[in-house]
Amino acid sequence: MRIKIDYKNSPLYSLYILHYTFYILHYTLITSYIRKVKFKIQGLKLLETSKYEAVIGLEVHAQLKTNTKIFCGCSTKFGSSPNSNVCPVCLGHPGSLPVLNKKVVEFTVLMGLATNCRINEKSIFARKNYFYPDLPKNYQISQYEEPICEHGFITIEKKDGSHKKIGITRIHMEEDAGKSIHDFGDYTMIDLNRTGTPLMEIVSEPDLRSSEEAYLYLTKLKQILTYLDICDGNMEEGSLRCDANISIRLKGEKKFGTKVEVKNMNSFRNVEKAIEKEIERQIDLIEDGKQIIQQTLLWNADLEDLFPMRTKEEAHDYRYFPDPDLMPVVVNEDWKIELEKSLPELPDEKRNRFIEEYKLPIYDADILTSSINLADYYEKILRVTNDYKSASNWVMTEVLKIVNEQKIEIKEFKITPENLGELINLINNKIISHKIAKDVFNEMLTSNKSPNEIVKEKNLTQISDSSELEKEIDKILDANPKDVQDYLSGKEKVIGFFVGQIMKATKGKANPQTVNELLKQKLDSKKTFNNV
Amino acid sequence: MTIKKEDVKYIASLAKLKFDENEIEKFTEQFNEIISYIEKLNELDTSNVEPLAHPFESNNVFRNDELKKSASTEEALKNSPSKTEEFFRVPKVINQP
Repeated sequence: MRIKIDYKNSPLYSLYILHYTFYILHYTLITSYIRKVKFKIQGLKLLETSKYEAVIGLEVHAQLKTNTKIFCGCSTKFGSSPNSNVCPVCLGHPGSLPVLNKKVVEFTVLMGLATNCRINEKSIFARKNYFYPDLPKNYQISQYEEPICEHGFITIEKKDGSHKKIGITRIHMEEDAGKSIHDFGDYTMIDLNRTGTPLMEIVSEPDLRSSEEAYLYLTKLKQILTYLDICDGNMEEGSLRCDANISIRLKGEKKFGTKVEVKNMNSFRNVEKAIEKEIERQIDLIEDGKQIIQQTLLWNADLEDLFPMRTKEEAHDYRYFPDPDLMPVVVNEDWKIELEKSLPELPDEKRNRFIEEYKLPIYDADILTSSINLADYYEKILRVTNDYKSASNWVMTEVLKIVNEQKIEIKEFKITPENLGELINLINNKIISHKIAKDVFNEMLTSNKSPNEIVKEKNLTQISDSSELEKEIDKILDANPKDVQDYLSGKEKVIGFFVGQIMKATKGKANPQTVNELLKQKLDSKKTFNNV
Repeated sequence: MTIKKEDVKYIASLAKLKFDENEIEKFTEQFNEIISYIEKLNELDTSNVEPLAHPFESNNVFRNDELKKSASTEEALKNSPSKTEEFFRVPKVINQP
């Protein structure tokens, strides 16, 4: 026997339904309330964010483009087989003695002069003591109390066109450490080829207030370094490295907040991203009423996030002291003047000269002088042509398009500046049209021929000869009587159609200006004829 | 200036050295003896004397940026207690995230 329970009629069921309805209602109300609160919090956060300012200082390490290491004659070549560019000095063998590479001093003084630093007449080397396997002496030779350059600045230009001076606290010379390779099971492998590679450390004042400013400052440093030809400025390969000290504080506050060091940013964009991320993290912490801990964070470019550095290093106490193995460096007035004279034209000077001498817009001058090689390429074009603006247009559009597409350096670009200059002259002398010039340009990308050769070979010379063009025009006009009538009745737009037809018939070789003039003459003469 | 036992322990830890209590006691004494000996120099007025970093008064000892022959990899690794054919090998020094 089955027992049937009529639960729908039970009073408990009604209660259940009632309860359930209330529950749903309640839930909806609560979630919408939570959403509102959340929205409010976010809105507040946006509001709160703008009340903070970031305080950023950058420490930049630039590998110097010398042939040999800073204290020994081993090669600094990148990519040699492991532990092959080493000797007792850079291996830190007892009894070996360092001897300073003169070029390192010269390069560092050049950088100091280019960044408006005071060049200290006397500077000394110090030992920075710490135990790390890629530093076999257990100290790094660096400069501490008396660096070679101090109190400089560079000027950055922000997107809104405003200028800002960024102070440079100091620039000093030091040696690089070796390379540790960690992905070898339970061991770390040490390659000491890089040990002793000359480095220049450039320390900025905490003058930077945003990731944009940091990016611009770093870009400017690279520009100066490459103009001086003392560092190749490649962050991806590690010849230029950047660590950032970041803190935040309320706007108007004079005291600094607790700073966090961010390392391991291996591209210019990553520097910008990592700093942005860290500023956000610190604001979130403060807004949540938490404390910022002084620590070192590593940027992970793949995950686009920051992670605390976990090494077995202990708290640093470097016990700096003057290195008794090295004599003081004295840069006297004569030497300084000599180096000053050898300074090349610097980015800002070149940019201003381009604006003045070549009458270029600021925009053009900025792009053309962004790298020394691009500026050189541009000026080599001007040895062949004096059409400054056309040369600039060709470089900024056609040339840079290819360079960016192929991800190459301007030095590797197929078309020589001389040939590009010749091409511009061919246009200006009305030998070829601008349209044909683009075809010739594309042809030059794959062949070594000069534009003159290509034009001759392919018979691309523009037809400017009126009698020859008149014949073509007559043909077209005869073939399209309806369109001629249209023109005569006032539809002057059809002239475009005629020009197109003539260009087609001449395979683009007709001089468009001559065609236009001749067409108008012919059509207008028909007009008078008709009227008579 | 007095050196305390804690100072000696700290300096020992910076130098990666380990000592027992007796040794620490002894070194603390010795440290203080050395410091008080050196402190005798404070009797001199050196306010107008430039600090001397080096006993030789010479400067600008340079070499030109000229390549010299390096050691071979084999020679470089010869004295290493732990190595592969190309590398010095050490205990893992980083915990990667």
